[in-house]
Amino acid sequence: MVRFENVGLRYGMGPEVLRNISFEISPQSFQFLTGPSGAGKTTLMRLILLSLKPTRGLISVFQKDAARLDKDAITALRRRFGVVFQDFRLLDHLTTYENVALPLRVKGRLESSYRAEVVELLNWVGLGQRMHVLPPVLSGGEKQRAAIARALIVRPELLLADEPTGNVDPPLARRLMRLFTELNKSGTAVVVATHDLALMDQFDSARRLVISNGRLQVYD
Amino acid sequence: MTDFWKSSAVWRLLRRGALKEEGNSPGGALKRNMPLVPADSIAGRALVTVIVIMTFLASFVTGIGVLFHSASRDWTDSISREMTIQIRPAAGRDIEAEVKTAAALARAAAGVANVKIFGKSDSERLLEPWLGTGLDLGELPVPRLIVVELGGAGTLDTEKLRRDLREKVSAASLDDHRLWIERLAAMVRSLVAVVALILALVLTALGLAVAFATRGAMAGNKVILDVLHFVGAADDFIAREFQRHFFRLGLRGAAIGVACALAAFFAFEGLAAWQAKSPGGDQIEILFGTFALGPAGYTIIILIGAGIALLTGIVSRIIVFRHLRGLD
Repeated sequence: MVRFENVGLRYGMGPEVLRNISFEISPQSFQFLTGPSGAGKTTLMRLILLSLKPTRGLISVFQKDAARLDKDAITALRRRFGVVFQDFRLLDHLTTYENVALPLRVKGRLESSYRAEVVELLNWVGLGQRMHVLPPVLSGGEKQRAAIARALIVRPELLLADEPTGNVDPPLARRLMRLFTELNKSGTAVVVATHDLALMDQFDSARRLVISNGRLQVYD
Repeated sequence: MTDFWKSSAVWRLLRRGALKEEGNSPGGALKRNMPLVPADSIAGRALVTVIVIMTFLASFVTGIGVLFHSASRDWTDSISREMTIQIRPAAGRDIEAEVKTAAALARAAAGVANVKIFGKSDSERLLEPWLGTGLDLGELPVPRLIVVELGGAGTLDTEKLRRDLREKVSAASLDDHRLWIERLAAMVRSLVAVVALILALVLTALGLAVAFATRGAMAGNKVILDVLHFVGAADDFIAREFQRHFFRLGLRGAAIGVACALAAFFAFEGLAAWQAKSPGGDQIEILFGTFALGPAGYTIIILIGAGIALLTGIVSRIIVFRHLRGLD
């Protein structure tokens, strides 16, 4: 699904922030991406999302060489991803419903064709009562769930979640993680970036990708 | 609560409101497909103000151009419908006989509707504005004039009439006002060029203002751009959203600007009609006609407004595409 071979990245003429990164993400797999703050977790996620280009090495996404993809192809691939940002990135002028429906809207689907789907998902993540409100009114946990619902609405093949539990209390964090594992069981590959060791210990069977000093260690 | 109350429209509205509160209604109350670029912002309002001013200036200057153009057409029409034969007095010649001969030649020519001889007193009266009243002009060699009105059957052969006059009335000269018409045409051409130049400057300034505003909007909405990219929005979709946003701003600004310009012309028209009987009003009417733009003028101004709204949308689309290409 995603394959990195000896990938390196440097910004401008600076030192390499990622060095010789090699790993593979298989379909329906579940893995934590972890490491100290500033180690390059978000940068690695951006490389997977094809929003950064490596300075060396090979990145292959859905069996396609990222270096050979044009902009339209990248856009088409991104529609197969679901992304949960660390800072949620909900659009403040759109309601919860519109935020969650956004990935379907950009695909050009008619609102009437996805309305029931979005409402059902919002009810499932416990935001059925909050679908009409704007994000500034939502609590941190509600924002997080709205961001997750937005990532899930397209039924992604690969879900990338950047510190999805960083802004919520431990019980909600566990509930969110259960949501991800349920999603994984239904066939979606999941990458959760976190530095919460206690949380990872609760899901001992998950694969760990540990990034430190620009290098990646994989613990299967 | 009676059955009547339950079946009333108020009850239905209350029920719908209650459902909205509960969030259980997937239909009806959902806000959907709101613009992805926030509609109301300080920068947006500032841009609308700039568009209002620019549209007003563009419409106003175009309206003035239309007024001059239609007035010049009236002048040209009235001048080109007439010619003048001038007969200079000379010693030993019977000027009255020569006037009659020249008038007869003009009447005989094809394409002449009417020939009007200005008598000696008429000619002297024409000189009064320059020489004053109460003077005895009997001793002065005042030329005599014959006004030839065109429009009869056939087309006047001006060169033949000029040749005939030269042969039979040597002191006569035929003035077809070509010089005046050419000068007038040159003046109108210059005026149209000035109007076009001002219009081009206004539109260029507007285009630049929209370009800056679009760049500002993109910088201010970076999060929106990021999110749109990550959820798989194509550049065309993003550009369309920004274009729609700026087209709406352009339409609002252009509508207000056009309304102001039309109001100004209506006001001027009313003022001109009110002052028409005064000497100043006469002068204005000679220069601008009735100071009425007419349906064509109003249509042009409305088209300018529509064009400015379109320009706003197109410029923003181009800028967004350039910006997105730069992100690659």
